[in-house]
Amino acid sequence: MDKPFAITLDVGTSRANKTGSWRTERAVYVERQPPCNQACPAGENIQGWLYAAEEGPGADGRGYERAWRTIMADNPFPAIMGRVCYHPCETACNREIVDEAVGINSVERFLGDEAIRQGWTVSVEAPPTGKRVLVVGAGPAGLSAAYHLAMLGHDVTVVDSAPLTGGMMRFGIPAYRLPRDVLDAEVQRIRDLGVHFHLGATVTDLDETIRDGGYDATFLAVGAQVGKRAYLPAGSVSHVLDAVTMLRGLEEGEAPMLGRRVAVYGGGNAAMDAARTARRLGADEAVVIYRRTRDRMPAHEGEVREAQEEGVLFRWLTTITQVDEGSLTVERMELDQSGFPHPTGEFDTLSADALVLALGQDTDLSLLEGMDDIAVRDGVVTVDHELMTGRPGVFAGGDAVPHERSVTVAVGHGRRAARAIDDWLADRAPEPVPHRELADFAMLNTWYYEDAPHQQRSMLEAVRRQSTFDEVVLGLDETTALYEARRCMSCGNCFSCDNCVGVCPDNAVRRLGPPGEYLIDLDYCKGCGLCVAECPAGAIAMVPEEI
Amino acid sequence: MTTVDLKLYQVGTFAAGNRLLPLEDRTVQAHPDRSNSITSGHRACQGCGEVLGARYVLDAAMRATGGDLVAVNATGCLEVFSTPYPESSWQLPWLHSLFGNAPAVASGVAAALRATGRGHTRVVGQAGDGGTVDIGFGALSGMFERNDDVLFVCYDNEGYMNTGVQRSGATPGGARTANTKAIGPEPGNAFGQGKNMPRIAMAHEIPYVATATVADLHDLERKVEKAMTFHGARYLHVLVPCPLGWGSASKDTILLARLAQRSGIFPVFESEGGEVTAVTPIRRRVPVEDYLRPQRRYSHLFGAHPRPDVVARIQAGADRSIARYGLLADSSEK
Ligand SMILES: Cc1cc2nc3c(=O)[nH]c(=O)nc-3n(C[C@H](O)[C@H](O)[C@H](O)COP(=O)(O)OP(=O)(O)OC[C@H]3O[C@@H](n4cnc5c(N)ncnc54)[C@H](O)[C@@H]3O)c2cc1C
Ligand SMILES: Cc1ncc(C[n+]2csc(CCOP(=O)(O)OP(=O)(O)O)c2C)c(N)n1
Ligand code: SF4
Ligand code: SF4
Ligand SMILES: [Mg+2]
Repeated sequence: MDKPFAITLDVGTSRANKTGSWRTERAVYVERQPPCNQACPAGENIQGWLYAAEEGPGADGRGYERAWRTIMADNPFPAIMGRVCYHPCETACNREIVDEAVGINSVERFLGDEAIRQGWTVSVEAPPTGKRVLVVGAGPAGLSAAYHLAMLGHDVTVVDSAPLTGGMMRFGIPAYRLPRDVLDAEVQRIRDLGVHFHLGATVTDLDETIRDGGYDATFLAVGAQVGKRAYLPAGSVSHVLDAVTMLRGLEEGEAPMLGRRVAVYGGGNAAMDAARTARRLGADEAVVIYRRTRDRMPAHEGEVREAQEEGVLFRWLTTITQVDEGSLTVERMELDQSGFPHPTGEFDTLSADALVLALGQDTDLSLLEGMDDIAVRDGVVTVDHELMTGRPGVFAGGDAVPHERSVTVAVGHGRRAARAIDDWLADRAPEPVPHRELADFAMLNTWYYEDAPHQQRSMLEAVRRQSTFDEVVLGLDETTALYEARRCMSCGNCFSCDNCVGVCPDNAVRRLGPPGEYLIDLDYCKGCGLCVAECPAGAIAMVPEEI
Repeated sequence: MTTVDLKLYQVGTFAAGNRLLPLEDRTVQAHPDRSNSITSGHRACQGCGEVLGARYVLDAAMRATGGDLVAVNATGCLEVFSTPYPESSWQLPWLHSLFGNAPAVASGVAAALRATGRGHTRVVGQAGDGGTVDIGFGALSGMFERNDDVLFVCYDNEGYMNTGVQRSGATPGGARTANTKAIGPEPGNAFGQGKNMPRIAMAHEIPYVATATVADLHDLERKVEKAMTFHGARYLHVLVPCPLGWGSASKDTILLARLAQRSGIFPVFESEGGEVTAVTPIRRRVPVEDYLRPQRRYSHLFGAHPRPDVVARIQAGADRSIARYGLLADSSEK
């Protein structure tokens, strides 16, 4: 023994003492569902693409491209989305509680535009399946389905009665909100995948088209094309037209004659588009007539605000009772307890050279005649959870099925239907979607995020907007887009801040190397829960240990 | 002032690291090669703030000195849980002598190193609040007076935790400890007693004095690094919540340190040569009640027979330190 005086044992490290045995709960990394993802009708992994976008040009110079490709895995229209989507993701965004929601939509638009500028493309990796799929309708639902089906290796044919693709994205949404070169660029990518388009061809008998074409499966995405007409007693010379006809006519090159004073009847987005378009076509006065109050208007808040900024006038709590040449008779309404409008018997006269009806759209499903196994209720096609109609192999989505109507919902239907069709063609049960717990605000530790308000998209000057169809909302530039992306708190998912590595009193959190990859060393984790409490993103959970 | 320049990095700014930040802007704790001065297997309680604070301080000091560092430790939890014979958790030269003599031993080690031509090796002395403000007080004051080249760190958990949570000169008014019971008309520790060690250190006009908590890692590491740029006596007072002694959940250790700062109860500042040179302004101020409620040592102030008068007294103390250090000066939240 050559030990010093009074020393009997060799020095040992405390690492021999496996304090993990004290534990009754262990920390585990989780991937929770961010509220934005949960709210996205197109099923985008928003947190995932913001994570990539945050890297910006980044170490490898490809953060934006990775972000764009993450969007493209679910949605082929980032640049369109960034302009027309009503962004329910932002309404759900947890950052709203800290300061202001992340400007998800602006960043998406920046990425979509960047892809167009840089010429990023996608290609089909899957081997050809030899299956032929018919898509009826080249609106967002049909195009999204065609894109996903093509990516899965199917041979896709899209048929549309219109001379150009896009559906309501082209023939409804005005160019000042969605410039046509953007629309064309994003549709071109789908063409480049080898999808066949038969434009200017109306399907009148779906059964026959499927049989004659020898299609293995079909996606029906005919939308709702027919402007609703209300019965209004009208003088013979009164000028009444519907919003979709007006907007479509404009797109086809025939500007409607509206006169100096235009009244628009309805409270939805089509009404806002009709009124704003009327202003651009030279009307001195465009007034929206709606039977309820502003807060009950179905139109998106941003659209109403922009219309007001452009000088569109509003008459709330008003219905039209009579239309004559140059004037309208209107009646004031009152809301009851439940918010339902009732007539008051107080009448008024308004001068108007033209009346545009924007009362919603009906479907034209005459192509389904004779297909009795496909049920139609309230003018829309009945589908099951997989979006399949009563006829095996015939699926439907978008405005033609019972659901909220938007481009984003239509795109989401196209994606879901494409996956369901792929499963159906392979005679395979759909893969169960793993349930992810919602990343609730209470699970975050937002102390760690610096406060920063969101970058407003600059607006074209209102005056200029009224007389042109130039784009109204401008995109973010590179630095502001990056800044905005970095406001994301990465709810429920690790963003690699190393806080867990820092706060563990027992050095039990190891970094494995690549960002975001950590391991909890259970030999030493005492289960104190500090990493969970101090994880900014709520990406760690405590689970009871089996004792 | 002590705020971090935020540039464009809006995520994880206050966290240990961030994949978007250049390595040099991340904390030492986020570095893959941090020294882990006190390694796994120590016997500190679950969620112990003291062991966390010690690793934060010593890893930063190791980095600042290129690993040329010796630590001298007083008796207390930090010593007991790290070195049950023959095991040690320390991954740097470490010396323990007695409860009351750590500042004197640290002074001696610094003198010996200098005398043997190894003056480049730096010395950190460390102790709990008991070892610092009570039994080690005279030795520490001497170390300050002589301006010995030692960074002395007090890990303040506001009591004698190692021996079963007794009162120290750093135990706050109203807090229950084993010998200041929550009974009688003035439950818990008496008000108006105890010692404010950072101010006493400042009164010695030593080169550097700073306070910090385990809740603000960037700030704590920066102060250690700065302290190591000075020679002579330096003092760092770190608030380290103790789940056992405070009766708090082990997961709340950092939260409580943060609330102590946000409520003004624990002012975070720096001083050079006896003058306050910088304060960490309060971001999102909270009432002291938010800090007190999660701790069982204050539970007698709430419960069935609440003592709003005592809470008000604690609040008044916090308000006084907010005014004294100008903790709201840089903040819009008054
Ligand atoms: C004016 C207006 C503005 C809008 N603004 C927005 C907005 O800003 N954001 C938003 O999210 N949503 C908006 N919407 C709603 C959105 O446009 C629709 O919900 C969406 O386009 C529906 O997509 P879809 O593919 O189901 O149908 P559609 O877009 O209507 O496309 C259906 C396609 O099928 C074709 N078709 C129909 N029948 C046949 C047939 N028998 N044979 C061949 N082809 C056929 C049609 O020609 C059309 O091209 C707006 C709607 C309108 C009317
Ligand atoms: C001279 C002497 N008196 C009493 C003790 C018993 N003792 C050991 S640690 C300790 C209290 C330590 O308190 P503190 O310094 O605050 O450290 P903590 O354990 O709280 O971290 C006491 C009283 C001792 N070791 N030596
Ligand atoms: S902060 Fe980011 S992850 Fe969280 S909801 Fe908002 S966009 Fe989604
Ligand atoms: S008693 Fe307090 S200071 Fe001591 S090991 Fe436990 S938590 Fe840490
Ligand atoms: Mg103590």
